[in-house]
Amino acid sequence: MNKAFFEILRAGINTTIQDKGRNHLYHVGITVSGAIDQRNYILSNKLVENQLYEAVVEFAFQGPLLKLKNGKINFVISGDIFFKIIRKNLEVEDGKCYKNYILDEEDQIDIISTKNSIYGYLAVNGGFDLKKSWGSYSINTKANIGPNDGQKYSLNDKIFIKKSEVKNLNKKNIDYDHSPDNIIRIIKGTNFDYFSKEAIDRFFNEDFLITNLVDRMGIRLKGPKLENTVSTNIKSEGLIRGTIQVPADGNPIIMLSDHGTVGGYPKIGVVIAADLDLIGQLIPGTKIKFKEVSLEEAQNIFKAYTEETNKYLNACN
Amino acid sequence: MIKNISNLGDTAVYCDFGSEVNETINAKVIGYFNHISKLTKEKQVEGITNLTPSYNKLIISFDLTVTNYKKIKNFIEGLIIQKEIKNNNQKIKIPVCCDDEYGLDFIRLIKKLNMDKDKILQLYFNKEYFCYMTGFIAGMPFLGDLNENIRCDRLETPRVKMPKGSVGITEQFANIYTFESPGGWNIIGNTPKRIFDSKNLHQPALINPGDRVSFYEITKEEYLNWHE
Repeated sequence: MNKAFFEILRAGINTTIQDKGRNHLYHVGITVSGAIDQRNYILSNKLVENQLYEAVVEFAFQGPLLKLKNGKINFVISGDIFFKIIRKNLEVEDGKCYKNYILDEEDQIDIISTKNSIYGYLAVNGGFDLKKSWGSYSINTKANIGPNDGQKYSLNDKIFIKKSEVKNLNKKNIDYDHSPDNIIRIIKGTNFDYFSKEAIDRFFNEDFLITNLVDRMGIRLKGPKLENTVSTNIKSEGLIRGTIQVPADGNPIIMLSDHGTVGGYPKIGVVIAADLDLIGQLIPGTKIKFKEVSLEEAQNIFKAYTEETNKYLNACN
Repeated sequence: MIKNISNLGDTAVYCDFGSEVNETINAKVIGYFNHISKLTKEKQVEGITNLTPSYNKLIISFDLTVTNYKKIKNFIEGLIIQKEIKNNNQKIKIPVCCDDEYGLDFIRLIKKLNMDKDKILQLYFNKEYFCYMTGFIAGMPFLGDLNENIRCDRLETPRVKMPKGSVGITEQFANIYTFESPGGWNIIGNTPKRIFDSKNLHQPALINPGDRVSFYEITKEEYLNWHE
């Protein structure tokens, strides 16, 4: 029997396969990749009764228009997304996030746009039929690693699905809290003392604007210029997700999943692990404020965040 | 050995080996890197997700659901590193075409260094370089040290798209852009050689930390007819 697949009738702005990410390769310059919003990613898998770290389709702003061929599947979309299901007989249903649907052969999913966020996730029961590279399904478009020759999807591409029949899934919805929080908690960076006292005051007290320059690599902010009194360059050294670098122009850049593995700009701070899902979802034009927390506080906040994620996961059962 | 250990955010340990850039310090970084990689592979330590060695720093990333800063810090402080340099370092020769269509920044370099193109290239080719680290983009080697007379700052305005294969210099360092990418180094030529191969799962990067690299000039015809 032929395998079920999605035919891409419209690719969307940045449609890729993502999962938990790819580890143990920073030292060769291969970044982690992985879903920007890890919580919504695992929730999508949970809702179609997959293992939490199956591959999913990640889309940004405008998503893809997909037609199902050769089978019948269960799918779910997680995030804050405006989408429709166009049935074979041209009946149109408004889609609801975090609710699983059955899709028949020749039905379409039209992911029109994200709402007050950037990324959303599409999971299918049984997962997509793809190969892992270095332990991960994530597409890394910067180094052309992963499914689809490491490139984002384009018109007429196909995404194969492992199962071609549906499962009787639990019908529990979850009520996801999308209320945006504009306070981003950070831990002081290793070059914190490169900045003037005035710059530090501004960093913690004034607003920073998320500019249009956002992608899977990072977020460029605009705000009060942060004056550096030591050096605007350091010898290149490792970066991690959440690192806030400040180049000579004084405008901070926050590293996300596809960031360069090393960088030569001073690090004023690092966004705490618990706030990474949130910061990656904030749309251009959002104003944020930074708040300092200690390492211990950050660890406690992360614990609470993980417990909250588990609450959502349990609500799916 | 490690001058200072601190936290980088809540998911990484920052090991500072000093501020100088030289092979001795870098060898210490690589020594720790190799040792911790081995222990990670052998599952003698849990939760480490990535290691990033650079000129004089080593960053150890970890999974906060499994471990934490204190545990990894204690683990590192308890290590005894006996062997500093891995002994399987390679010597690699890289062909470069320096015709003006590939050597994008000769006009700038000639002016800044007050030296003609032939002299710049003579000093550049007449040296073997040490690979301090690999990174930024997949497989990009950071090599040093350049002859003191051909050291030049980065471009004032970085290029949005550096052509793949571009061979660059800045300050005391040389590199190769393994993929098209933004970048600010002074470009003196382009190599047709494949420096990163994602199909080679065992060793995707041709040049790895500790390797010795030299460059040799090829003609445009050799460049265009290059086969591997």
